[in-house]
Amino acid sequence: MNKIGLIIRREYLTRVRKKSFIIMSVLGPLIFAAYILIPMYFATLEDREEKLMVVIDDSGLFTAQGPDGPVFTIQETETIKFQVVKGVPIETFKETFEESGYYGLLFIPANILASNSSLIYSTKQTSIEISEYLKRSMESEIEDLKLAQHEIEDIDKILAEVETSINVRNIKWTKDGKTQESNTGVIMGIGYLGGMMIFFFIFFFGSQVMRGVIEEKVSRIIEVIVSSVKPFQLMMGKIIGVGLVGLTQFLIWMVLSAVLVTGLKAAFFPELTQTPTEQVVGSDLFDQGASAQDMSIGTPEGLANQDMDMAKEIFASLKSINAGIMIASFLFFFIFGYLLYASMFAVVGSMVDNETDTQQLIFPVILPLILGIYVMISAINNPDNALAFWFSIIPFTSPVVMMVRIPFGVPWWQLALSGSLLVLTFLAMTWVAAKVYRTGILMYGKKVSYREVWKWLRYSS
Amino acid sequence: MNRASKLSGANLITASEVVKDFSGHRALNHVSMEVPEGSIYGLLGPNGAGKTTLLRIINQITAPDQGSILFEGAPIGQEHRHMIGYLPEERGLYKKMKVGEQALYLAQLKGLSRQEAMKRLKIWFSKFEIEAWWDKKVEELSKGMAQKVQFITTVLHEPRLLIFDEPFSGFDPINVNLLKQEILQMKAQGATIIFSTHNMASVEELCDHITLINESEAVLQGEISEVRDRYRANKYQITFKGSKEQLAKDLDPRFELMSVEENGMGQRATIQIKKEGEGSGDLIRNLVEITEIKAFHEILPGMNDIFIQVVNDTLQKKGS
Repeated sequence: MNKIGLIIRREYLTRVRKKSFIIMSVLGPLIFAAYILIPMYFATLEDREEKLMVVIDDSGLFTAQGPDGPVFTIQETETIKFQVVKGVPIETFKETFEESGYYGLLFIPANILASNSSLIYSTKQTSIEISEYLKRSMESEIEDLKLAQHEIEDIDKILAEVETSINVRNIKWTKDGKTQESNTGVIMGIGYLGGMMIFFFIFFFGSQVMRGVIEEKVSRIIEVIVSSVKPFQLMMGKIIGVGLVGLTQFLIWMVLSAVLVTGLKAAFFPELTQTPTEQVVGSDLFDQGASAQDMSIGTPEGLANQDMDMAKEIFASLKSINAGIMIASFLFFFIFGYLLYASMFAVVGSMVDNETDTQQLIFPVILPLILGIYVMISAINNPDNALAFWFSIIPFTSPVVMMVRIPFGVPWWQLALSGSLLVLTFLAMTWVAAKVYRTGILMYGKKVSYREVWKWLRYSS
Repeated sequence: MNRASKLSGANLITASEVVKDFSGHRALNHVSMEVPEGSIYGLLGPNGAGKTTLLRIINQITAPDQGSILFEGAPIGQEHRHMIGYLPEERGLYKKMKVGEQALYLAQLKGLSRQEAMKRLKIWFSKFEIEAWWDKKVEELSKGMAQKVQFITTVLHEPRLLIFDEPFSGFDPINVNLLKQEILQMKAQGATIIFSTHNMASVEELCDHITLINESEAVLQGEISEVRDRYRANKYQITFKGSKEQLAKDLDPRFELMSVEENGMGQRATIQIKKEGEGSGDLIRNLVEITEIKAFHEILPGMNDIFIQVVNDTLQKKGS
């Protein structure tokens, strides 16, 4: 009816005109972009600093005699430098280590071949990167040493020949007989993102519905409004209006985020934009990927192509997800999940006079949603197990859990079952909610329990 | 509006045998009420008697458990919402919304088109001299200012039935006066008005009919002159010239001299006719013989007295 339209219009306009909406619309993508870009920025910042390690090599295995005294045989990197000292006890460094400017002290005991262990002394936590580098270097050097003891001819050549790297690629056979390459990580990521987004959307805008109901109660305008329209019309108008605000904000965020991320990436990380994505897009990904893969087996060029393969794989994976089904089901579960929960949020709003009273009442409402998040996280690793299946069918958790399953492919009957159950539950919940709501909105100064609400359900309309 | 129906005293609202229960508590117990078209109808009763519940039922905010409400003889329905204007006791506006925008919204919810609502609002705003508030937010208004806006939004769609719940409580005296004038004006234009109140002076001043609700039941109903007549105590006030001792001595024992007071105009006595069946004529005949009467009139009970008496009576009945 026309009146719902009027209510939707008011709910929508008053919210999108608010300063907080405009601020959130602008800040949202900034936060989103920062979320992605700051770790990238830190990653590039790290290890620019030179770290000087003191080495005490009692075994002598890693020390060679250079022109200017002893030299460590493990190669220095851009950031890790070594200084070998001889005949100095470790304890002499202990007192003055802090001021000495050394990053750490590597002690290689004389019996390293037997004990297989070495020590790093430092005043701070040694970074994993450095200890991993030292570990790998020492391992390979000792392996070489041991191999050399066997006195095999052309050992280097043989080693180069046996050196193998196997790349496991996932190829999916679809129903329509096509083969598609997929990267599980990318697919998981997309499902996870979709589920999380639905969760936050429901939670954030559901709360807005609740606050809107409380506002009408507190300002005492509610009685005037329900003398003009049915409580159900007011409730639905508010739910739809707030939902449209959410969709608008979501769209703004998506567009702005895309612009920002691309813009900032180009400005601060030009090397990243030079990854071969542009070259890959539009070409036949599967064939190109396959030929690149053939080439890479056992050849040094293969290593150089690793990055390129990765990008191709991601794009191939994106292509393997049926975008139509993905977007359609995202929107479907996004909208109906919100509608289902919004009516419950509206009920909670109608039960109280102020926002602080909502705390305990809201808990049973969001419990299934939080449960859905847990199941979703477990479902990422195993999207077809029984837990994930049932929670993606049960309406209260399906909007979140189904999202993570869809990219892996869900039989259409499960989608249909889950979807229709969600719609039916939404209709039933809205009907129940309207009954509680119309009694609740006229109640003041009384702490209402769910038992009380049960009684309201039986009042005549 | 149809003049013939008005003359024949057709009822705009007919409530019959309305029952409303809330968990463990009966808010209305078989209440019936007939509101003649074009009248001002007072709904009286102590706090918690059920007045607001009845008004909400007429407004279709809540539904009765039993009984029915007729609007012009037809069961009340959605189509009647536009014909009713309601100002509840707990009245408010959206605080963050601008005054004009809000008034437009509320008017549109009552079925006015945007253009029509705008046109009428302009007239009302200039009538109340509040044009300058159009773009102000409601939270910037004083309570009295907000009340004016609320009143306008209640009457803007020119409803045939106006319902005010406790209109005179919470309004400042200037707005109460304004409200009274507007109520009379709207009555003159043919509207029917129902209001609930504690303010008995306003009942005597404005109402044609009343219903007194006490403890969920309608305990007194009728045309106001008829109700007052029913509760007359056969008391008369006379202004006379002469000695009051003489009057007390010579007054026939069928009549009782209740009090005498003196002021600049002369002496005033209150006399009650004790015996049933004796009329004012008998009293006058007696008085003419014993003193010089300058004025004579019956003391009719005030609504306040009737209200207190009826409420106490029903309390006693329940108690016994």
